[in-house]
Amino acid sequence: MKKSKLSVGIIAIALVIFTVTSCKDNKQDEKSAKEDHSEMNHDNSDGHHDGEKKEMAMNGNGASQDILNDYFNLKDALVADDNAKAKDLGATLAKSLGNLDVSNYTDAQKVDLKDIIEDAVEQSEHISENDIAHQREHFKTLSKDVTDMVAITGTASALYEQFCPMYDGGSTWLSRSKEVLNPYYGSKMLTCGNVKKQIN
Amino acid sequence: MKIVKIIGLFLLVTLVGIQFFPTSRNQSDTIPRTDFMLVNDVPEQIKNKLQVSCYDCHSNNTAYPWYNKVQPVAWLLENHVKEGRAELNFNEWDSLSSRRKASKLKSIISQIENDEMPLASYTLIHSDAVFSETEKQDIIKFLTELKNK
Repeated sequence: MKKSKLSVGIIAIALVIFTVTSCKDNKQDEKSAKEDHSEMNHDNSDGHHDGEKKEMAMNGNGASQDILNDYFNLKDALVADDNAKAKDLGATLAKSLGNLDVSNYTDAQKVDLKDIIEDAVEQSEHISENDIAHQREHFKTLSKDVTDMVAITGTASALYEQFCPMYDGGSTWLSRSKEVLNPYYGSKMLTCGNVKKQIN
Repeated sequence: MKIVKIIGLFLLVTLVGIQFFPTSRNQSDTIPRTDFMLVNDVPEQIKNKLQVSCYDCHSNNTAYPWYNKVQPVAWLLENHVKEGRAELNFNEWDSLSSRRKASKLKSIISQIENDEMPLASYTLIHSDAVFSETEKQDIIKFLTELKNK
């Protein structure tokens, strides 16, 4: 009697373990299925807004402005040496990057934008899970990505490309104001750097 | 006393039970044309070092140790390899755009420079994967030149 109770228990436990592991797999499948779906939607909306193309390209569409907003918030967190806030903002930025709708651009621009977004998402994800030194390393690559994005999407307000010659052999970033506040050094060298050019 | 016995038995059964769970093995006979070594002119020494120190987790082919036959070790390794490959797969190097290559190279260089890669948990067992100071400098120099090309 005792023995049979024990074996029933063991089988039950084995079942629980099995269910837990297989549930995990299912969830992952669901997630990837959803992602595929949203990608397909993007492709479907392709080419329906040709008339708006020009205007959009000049002023920057809503999603690219969201990306810029999140980028500047992230920059401010790094300026303030705020690792935790930068983590949150890295995650936010990764999301808004994913929302960029590239369907209104030319084929060549689409290829470039997708490439830029893929890279920028990776940098943002790393920023969302690392210490501040790492965050700043990835912010450098991210800044190049965002600058290249703006060259295609345009910007609603004037931006300034700023440059710090000291960090990692010279590094640039974008800012909304002319005043230099260094995201690579924060309080250590807050005003190190200069304005390289204005982007309208 | 009885409870100790039951717990002991439970652990034993679980340990035996999990041995039956299959894991997917990361193994492949072919080296794709996109492989890092095939598309770049890599000096022999650096080639060997990258193979030994990086390719177990960053390619489609892992040289598994014998204890990979034992759970839960196999699960642990499976996850490491999966994560490693998602982050960087040397076999698929040439399928990356030049932007992606540059940012991957930047990360590889920084990880090696800061002794974050290869992982300490990996070199603990694979002592031949450790970079000597000269090897480190040579590899960083090579990768930096590749990045600035």
